Parts: sequence; structure tokens; C-alpha cells
Amino acid sequence: MTATNEVPVSAAGNPIGFGSMKRVEDQRFVRGQGNYVDDVNLPGMLHSAILRSPFAHARINAIDTSAAEALPGVVAVITGKTLEGIPRPSLLGDNFAWMPTLSYDTQAVLATDKVRFQGQEVAYVIATDRYIAKDALELIDVDYEPLEPVMDAKRAMDPDAPVIRDDKGQTDNSITDVHGHKTWEAGNAIGTSEAIEKARQDPDCVVVTQEIMYPRVHPSPMETCGSVAYMDKVTGQLTLYTTSQAPHAHRTVYAMVAGLPEHKIRVISPDIGGGFGNKVGVYPGYVLSIIGSIVTGKPVKWMEDRNENLVSTSFARDYHMTGTVAATKDGRILAVDVDVLADHGAFNGVAQPTNYPAGFFHIFTGSYDYPNAHCKVTPVYTNKAPGGVAYACSFRITEAVYLIERLVDCLAQELEMDPAELRLKNLIKPDQFPYTTPTGWVYDSGQYEKTMRVALDMVGYDDLRREQAEKRAKGEYMGIGISFFTEGVGAGPRKDMDILGLGMADGIELRVHPTGKGVLRLSVQSQGQGHETTYAQIVAHELGIPPEDIEVVHGDTDQTPFGLGTYGSRSTPVSGAAAAVVSRKVKEKARIIAATALECSPDDLEWELGRWHVKGDPERGKTIQEIALLAHGSLELPEGVEGHLEAMTVYNPPNLTYPYGCYICVVDVDPGTGQVKIRDFVAVDDCGTRINPMIVEGQVHGGLADGVGMALMELIAFDEDGNCLGGSFMDYLLPTAMECPEFRTGETVTPSPHHPIGAKGVGESATVGSPAAVVNAVVDAISPFGVRHADMPLTPANVWRAIQGRPVRVDMAVE
Amino acid sequence: MQISITINGETVTRDVEPRRLLVHFIREDAGLRGTHWGCDTSNCGACTVWLDGKPVKSCTVLAAQADGHEVKTVEGLETADGLDPIQQGFIECHGLQCGFCTPGMMMTGRALIDENPNPSDQEIREAISGQICRCTGYNNIVKAIRWAAEAEASSEVNA
Amino acid sequence: MQTPAPTDYVRATSVANAIALLEEHGEEARLLAGGHSLLPMMKLRVARPEMLIDINDLDELRGIKVEGDELVIGAMVTHNEVLESPVLAEHYAIFREAEKVIADPLVRNRGTVGGSMCQADPSEDLSAVGSALKASVVIQGSSGSRTVPLREFHDGPYTTVVEPNEILTQVRVPIRPGAGSAYEKVERRVGDWAVCAAGSFVVVSGGVVTDCGIGLTAVSAEHFCAPEAEAFLIGKAPTDENLREAANLAAAATDPSSDQRGPADYKRHLAGELTFRALKRSAAASQGA
Repeated sequence: MTATNEVPVSAAGNPIGFGSMKRVEDQRFVRGQGNYVDDVNLPGMLHSAILRSPFAHARINAIDTSAAEALPGVVAVITGKTLEGIPRPSLLGDNFAWMPTLSYDTQAVLATDKVRFQGQEVAYVIATDRYIAKDALELIDVDYEPLEPVMDAKRAMDPDAPVIRDDKGQTDNSITDVHGHKTWEAGNAIGTSEAIEKARQDPDCVVVTQEIMYPRVHPSPMETCGSVAYMDKVTGQLTLYTTSQAPHAHRTVYAMVAGLPEHKIRVISPDIGGGFGNKVGVYPGYVLSIIGSIVTGKPVKWMEDRNENLVSTSFARDYHMTGTVAATKDGRILAVDVDVLADHGAFNGVAQPTNYPAGFFHIFTGSYDYPNAHCKVTPVYTNKAPGGVAYACSFRITEAVYLIERLVDCLAQELEMDPAELRLKNLIKPDQFPYTTPTGWVYDSGQYEKTMRVALDMVGYDDLRREQAEKRAKGEYMGIGISFFTEGVGAGPRKDMDILGLGMADGIELRVHPTGKGVLRLSVQSQGQGHETTYAQIVAHELGIPPEDIEVVHGDTDQTPFGLGTYGSRSTPVSGAAAAVVSRKVKEKARIIAATALECSPDDLEWELGRWHVKGDPERGKTIQEIALLAHGSLELPEGVEGHLEAMTVYNPPNLTYPYGCYICVVDVDPGTGQVKIRDFVAVDDCGTRINPMIVEGQVHGGLADGVGMALMELIAFDEDGNCLGGSFMDYLLPTAMECPEFRTGETVTPSPHHPIGAKGVGESATVGSPAAVVNAVVDAISPFGVRHADMPLTPANVWRAIQGRPVRVDMAVE
Repeated sequence: MQISITINGETVTRDVEPRRLLVHFIREDAGLRGTHWGCDTSNCGACTVWLDGKPVKSCTVLAAQADGHEVKTVEGLETADGLDPIQQGFIECHGLQCGFCTPGMMMTGRALIDENPNPSDQEIREAISGQICRCTGYNNIVKAIRWAAEAEASSEVNA
Repeated sequence: MQTPAPTDYVRATSVANAIALLEEHGEEARLLAGGHSLLPMMKLRVARPEMLIDINDLDELRGIKVEGDELVIGAMVTHNEVLESPVLAEHYAIFREAEKVIADPLVRNRGTVGGSMCQADPSEDLSAVGSALKASVVIQGSSGSRTVPLREFHDGPYTTVVEPNEILTQVRVPIRPGAGSAYEKVERRVGDWAVCAAGSFVVVSGGVVTDCGIGLTAVSAEHFCAPEAEAFLIGKAPTDENLREAANLAAAATDPSSDQRGPADYKRHLAGELTFRALKRSAAASQGA
């Protein structure tokens, strides 16, 4: 970490650079003056509501909207038939009933032929009032012919399983990616299977196989998704206020979906009440609000209720994984092979780089050094909501980390070796970086053992193990769980990574005004990350302009340069780098201007924070503020140098950054009830340089709570009739302050060598890393009962049944 | 039906349907958008306001029930003297990220301190246990409420 | 956001007025107490009363007091008032223990004793508490009031003996000198409904149990109680062995169904385990431990 006490302090008391600065944003939020989408009210605005399917799989025979249309206050009722009748001047289909997903699949905007998941959009009501819109939904009569739903990914593979995507002429439920692949593989298949077979034959080796389910969960930001669309018929300008983590990418998608000219679309993401990947996808509701405004000529608001958010918007995970690890009996890992059945729901709507159809799952080799690894991922359609890449997963690294960290604990149990010792034995060593993994990732930097030892010391590991042994002798069950994770974030290099053909680089623009105050315009989108604060700090760090003198503008495509938005922990690694680079461009221009004014060569100048001065003569210099005024003044500038002090850049990251960390969770389990109490949780993160340690720590806390939630209670399950069993916060349980312990955080700092300020990004680290720590702790606690694995969520019932040796299948209705 | 609710000391009179929820009256009829909603099922507490001095979930109260009663919302926390200590505490301790749950959390925190000027961390956690935050993991919300309690205690000592 | 279907609203000015309004509007009317069961159901449009009769102004339904050898809790007493009541705590720890795990503090500021009882959710906690304590309820109609033992109050899930034109006005609990009581609940998360919960009171005198009550919720115990287990304990020493046997009898009297809170076998196991724990703490408290 950059020592905060070395950073100068501005007149307003803020660090001119990195440090735990209070957030700029908070001033409006604590006064209730945030501006979220549901706070947007335009003159003449109409409200809307979506009728959703009660069935997971059914044919639509007829829809009668006449009674709804007759209800006073109803302005229009739109069905899939209506949309089929609206011609679309677009390459992506000839009408509005279907839209492209971010994975080159199609998704119904409103169902025409069939409904394919419970909660699918069937009809759209526009009314003068939100209560009336909801009333009208009850008056729409849909004649459904129920079909057999496919709720189990394994069932989807059966040759006689009902075909879900018959609209595409499919004859089975397989998913084909844009390159024509039905399965996605990484690593060395032959080498890995040979290594495992060899280990099976070797008396000095063990092979452990474990089925591990990462069940379907949901990001559930506190603010649901919604939009306010206004199509100005006179100017042809569409303004869309929307809950979007990626306003620029969304604008391009709307241009493609609606066939609207992109320069006439303005997407505004005002304050966003949490995203976590839930607000990356383009949902039918957004499109419908646009269509609603086109149809009515008025602004139209659409806001989901919580049930709609849970049953229809992007879920996360739903990975059925089988991992096999081979190792020597003294604990050297030799090979890992993984087979995954991936449930993508009814439409392949995963939001991830095109060339990575299983996201970054193949980073599953983890933080360990071994030569052979391979994975095969088979995606299938089921009659569930679409999505999959969401909930702070860093494009499926959550699944990967959970798999390897559970597998390592299974191996430790098999070897009767301490899981900390086993990890320490296999961690990649500092001198091995940059480290190329067996599946092709190039980890940038790390001091893994150091970080792990910090965590072990903080939690008091050896004492805990002693306490555990004493307690077990008394029939009390405590557990200690370790997770050591490595993430790859900051997607990504444009040669490898794009979404719908849009390269994952980010633009940024910095203007320093004549008085030395500035404005920084970002392509990325805060959903609570505090960009208005941290980006000003980056500029401050580079230019010495106090952060309170930098206005950070984001969330409006008319006001900011193009870029792909905030998800996958990519803001700091990509746009944060852009902020440093654009500041350096300004700094270099400032140098020329200063040299001109000082009548010397730019090479004779030396930078101190906020000022260029003549080498060897520090008295002769110009502050950045003085230079700004000169840049806008009458000073004659050298040939080819333009006035003003501003720059823009597009940052194309050379590689991902690889933040990592070691998390240790301590639990007490009551075997009589199955209740789990988390008594301690230590998280030591290494995310490289910390721009604002306060914000970093806060994001880690939040991610740890996610891990507690997923490990212990969060679940979207379905019954065999296709009913979603997690459709409200009464059933989809999120952790409260009572389940979360007081999290303890620590840090090591290993800067990224290729990032301009050495920062790696941290937004999703804790969500990615923590579930395994909790599960490992619970399994460790109940291992005396012969338990080696239990699937999340570890509710009291599931823990008790695991202890009884009769584990439940978590993703289906409890029987 | 015509109802009058005193919100942050000002009486707001409107003609509303009996079914109108208090949260909608506050947000849309009174135009105070600092009170949010997040769940429909009274689980999340984003809509928490005070009704006659007690924190309640305004998505589960009819506006008609509040007719003739007093409501206080996040907009009523700041006074001419500046931010309420609970607001300052959330800033000082980084008790918020996306800001969506924050108004409700602050209303509960303020009520807790009024009733119990020196709450323990466990008491704070219990007080906010009917409210969900997805960003902070609650660590800093607990700290923020404690900060406010301590700030108030020390200012009373000094006064 | 979910919104209720259209309805009408009136404030009752007295219990008699509320009963008159109920008679006037018939089965389409519903009393609105704390609203924390009714309004969510109305938002889901599962409940669509045409008339809401708000009884929040009825001070005659408020207050907790001692009358003779009974504790009397008004129907409109909120959960938080029960939680914080010194007089209830003095006689029965079970009230405080149960209320601490009912919903959350904000809901407890609005939710009422009478509302919870009349909602008669099969996982409701106060029904188990009242049944354990062998409480009774007072129900008032236009022709007067009647007192019904809680163990005869429920007609099944979500249904009670309260007629559409009647109001539950009080819960009455016998005071038992020397009784210890306790409540044990397992929930998936704070604020969730019980997976299973057990409450009990025990009076130990001369080394044996002279009186006891066991209440169970969320496990389909008839009238939320376990009379065979109670009968077994009377006259016996509160040893672990005897308490465990009583708990087993209590578990045997349940008929839980599987749902997302847990499979039936787990819930039945919990019924026994939690009954044992509640009895053990009740007995210890009765003996001044």
C-alpha cells in the first residue's frame, strides 16, 4: 500500500493521491438525494408492468387483452404478436419479438410461440399509474397449453427430453457457441488423463474425485432493474434512463435491437442501487419501455418488483461440477481434471467475452503449481431464467475457485494432512511470476505464501487447531476453513476479448480548466464503488490536483467516451489505468507548456507532485494550476502544440490483473440442530496498489457477506413443475447483520507490473473467494461424522442431513 | 379519500386511493424520494421511515393508516445546524456504498440511539437485522451507528 | 413494486363499532391490525378484501396487565411491547425469548399479538407460546364475548374459531408461581419463519414436575401442543432421561411436511431436540438455576 502519511493533504483535508479519503458521493446519499431510476419522473410519464408466465414450459394458444385494454387508465397493451407486427430495420431479425443476447443467442422480448421459463415476459401494459398497470395484468387472459418442463440439467441431456429451443430448429437442448462448439475445453486433456491414470496405479499417489454443485443464486441488488424511456418524435432522440452497469454497450445493443441510429440514443445510468452483475444484461423490460415510448409518444417508466427481479433477471452459477485431483501421498498436486454440466436456462444470455463461452472458468487450477489440468464444460438449455454470469463472479471465477478450494480440502482429508500445510506445499512461488498456468493464463505477480502466513497469523491458526482438538474430545464441533484464491480481472486485451464484437477497452477524457480545476469523463459506471472519489484520487496522484478539484462524470453516453462498463472487477484495472494514462498525457503536455513559459527545454524539467520545475533549480517552476492558465492564455506555444490542457485515451490492457487473497473462516456447528455460527472471518487480500484503502476494505466486507449468504442460505431452486422456489426475499434469503460476523481484514501489496499504478482491482475478490472458506469450515467441523463434502447452501437442514449421511439435493424442491 | 400526513414537520394533504402504500405517498405524492423500496415483502427495510417516532417499513403500511400521524424520513434528519450525527457517522465510517439501503439504515440507527444512547455492537446488529445491505457486509454500518452514538455522547459531555 | 388491489378503508372508533362494521360489510371485510401479514398478501393479490377496518385507534385493545392470577395481553399489543414488557418477563421468560426471534425489530413495531394469532400461520411463534402456556383468548361479537382455550382456537392452518363478525380482544395467561419457561427456535436466518420451534414451561416442586406445557410450531402439531409428552412428565423428576423421553413423545406427535426450510425427518428431529432443550432450561429455571 502506498503509505498514506507520505501523501500530501489538500486544503479540504483530502489526500492528494492515494489514501482513505471520505467519499464525495456520500454527501448526496446521506441526505436522501441520490437519483436512482425510480426517482426519475418526466412530464407526462406513463407507467408500465409486465405480465409473466406462470408456467416454465407451455405453448401459448391465444392471448386476450380486451378486458385489460378496456380498463380506465390503460393506454396500451402489447403482446408478442404486436411486436411481430413491428418491422425492424436491423440485421438481427426482422421484427421486435426477439432480441439478441450478449452471447449471440436470441431471447424473446415477449413470448410468441411458447413460454420457456416461469416469469418469462408475455404481455406489456402501459397505463397512467403503476397501480392501474398492475390491475390490468390481472385482466389479461392467456390460454396456455402446459408442456413438460426441463428443470434439471441432467434431464436436459436425455435424448427424449422435451426440446426447449424449437424456435431455432433445435432437436436437442445443447447450446452451440458462436464458433460452433457444443462443449468448451481448456488445458491438456491427454496429459491430464494420463497423469491421473498413472497416479491411480502408483501406491505413492492418491486420486480423489468429488461431485460439487454450485447452485443457482441471484445477485439481488437492493434496487431492482428498471428504465424510463423517452422517444422524442420530433428530434428522433431516444433518452433512456436505466439501471445499467454498461451504458455504452447498452446503447450499441439498442441501436442493433431497435435499428435506431446510435447517435440518436442517449443512455443515462443515474445512481445505481447495486449491480453485482445483475445490471449487465439487456432485459426485455428495458426494450419494452423503449417500444412503449415509441408507441405512446410519451415517457414510459418500467420498474421491476422484487419477484420479477428474482425470477427473470440474470441469475448466477448453476454449475454441476465433477473434479478429480491426483497427488502424491506427501501432498504434491499432480493433475486436476474437471467436468462441468452448465445450466444456462432457456436463452443463452451469459454476459462474457465472446471467446470465453464458459467465462474464465478455466482459471480453476487456482493458486497452485502443477503441470496438468483440463476442463470440459457442457452447456445446456433448461426451462429456467437465462443468465449465468453475474453476482460478482469475475466471469465464472467464483465457480472455479470454489471447485479447486473444495477439491484441495477433499484431498487434504484423504491425505489426513492439514489443509493449510497442503496449500503451502503447492502454492506458486514468488520467483515463478509471471506464471503461465496449465490452462494458459499468465498470472502477473504474487507473494502467495507471505499472504497466507499473514492470514494464518491473524486468525491464530495453530491455536484454533488446538482448540478444535480439545472441543472434539468434548463432543463440540468447530471448524476452520481456508480459501486461497487467485482472480483474473480487468477484461481485457482487445485481441482476445470482446462482447458482441465490441473490444473491451475503455476510453477516458480529462480536461483541466484554466483555473486548474478539472473534469474527468469515464466510460465505466459506479453502482456503489465510489468512482467519483477514487478516479479523482488517481488524477490527484498523477497530477497533484487536489481530488476535490476534479469532477468525475459518468453514467451518460452523451457526456462520456465509449467503453464497456463496470463488471468483472474491470473498472480499476482498465479504466483506472486509463485515468493514470490520460493524466500522464496531460502531464507531458503541461511539461511542454511549462518549458515554454520557463524558456527552457522540456528535458530540463523535473516533476514534483503538482509542479514542473527546472532540474537543479526547484524555485523555477510552474504548478499544474499555473500551467493550466498558461495553456488557455496567450502564451505562444511551440510549433504543433495546441492550446488548452486536456487529453483523451483508450486503454487496452496488455493482460488481466491477478488479485488474490487468503480467507479463513471459523465456525461452530451445533450437530443437534445443524445450525452454523460464524465466529470469525479473516480476509487478507492482495489487490496490488490500493487507491483508497477504506473503499477497498468496504468492498471486501460486502463480498464476504455475499460468501456467507451463498454458503449458508442463498438459493434459487425449482420444483419439478418448474416453479421457482426463491421468488421473494422471504424465500431467497440474504444475510443480515446477525449472520455476518465482524469481518477482519488484512493486506499484502504486490503491485501489478503492467498496470500504470500497480492496481489490480478488488470488487469481486471477496465474493469469489469467500464461499469456499465458509463451506470448508463447516465441512471441517462435521468431518468427524464422516462428511467430506456438502453442497451449498448449508442451511441447518442441509448440515444436519449431511451429518446423518443423507445429503439433500439442493437445487430441487426438498422431499 | 383525502388524507393528511405530517412529514418532517410539514403537513401533506392529498386525495389518494385507500390502497395506496405509505412508501408511494412519501415518494410520489410528497415527492420525497430519499425513501426507497426494495422487496415488497417487508424483508429488506429500504423503505424504513418513522411513524409516530418508531421505525417502520413504509411498504407495509397504507398511507390511509398514517392519516393524521407523523412521519419522519431521511430528508428530515438534517437540521439548520447541519447533518445529524447518524448521517455524519455513515460518511466517516464508510457506512454506505450504493446508498440504496442507507436512508432506512440511518432511520433505524437514529431511533436506536434515541432509545439507547450507548448501544453495543450486538444491539446495533439486532436493531438493523430487519434490513438488508448488499454492499457493506454491515461492518461499517455498525461502526457508523456507533460513531454517531459516541459523537453524540461526547458532544453532550462537552455541552 | 407490488400493489394491492382496490379496497375501501375505514377506521373503527371502538370495538363495538368494529364489530358493527364487520357485520355491515360481511365476509369481504377484514380487520387491519399491524398489517404485516395482510398487506403483503394483498400486494401479492392473494388477499383482496373489499373493506379494511383499521382497529389501530382502539386503545381498549392495548395494554398488558395482571388481573387476578392471570396475565392479560390486549390484542393490539405489538410484538415489541411483549418483548419489552417487564411484567411478562417477570412471570415467563418464554415471551421475551420468543419475541426476540419473531420477524425483526421493525416488523415487531407494527405486528400485533392479535393479528398474529388470527393469521394462524402454521409456523407462527406466539401460537406455540400460547399453547405451551395453556393460554386462552377472549373473542368478542355483537352478542357478547367468549373465552376459548388456545388449544381449541385453531381450526387448521390459517383458520381459527373467530367468526368473520368477531374480534379477538385479549390473550389471557395463567400465572404459575415457580414456573420456568423457555423458547427454542431454529430458523434459516434471523427474521425467517421457524423451521421448527418449541416452547415450554415447567414447574418443579419437591424434585418432580408438577405442571408443564409444551408448544410446538411449524411441525403440524395439533393445536401447537404436545399433551402426551406433558402427561408423561407430570410427577417425574426432570432428569435428562425423562426430559428426553418427553421430547421424543412430543416429536412423535408432529406431522411435519417437507419444504424449503427442511425435509420432514429433520423437522421431526428438531421437534424432539428443541423440546428437550426448552424443557431442560425451563426445569432449570424453575429450580432457580
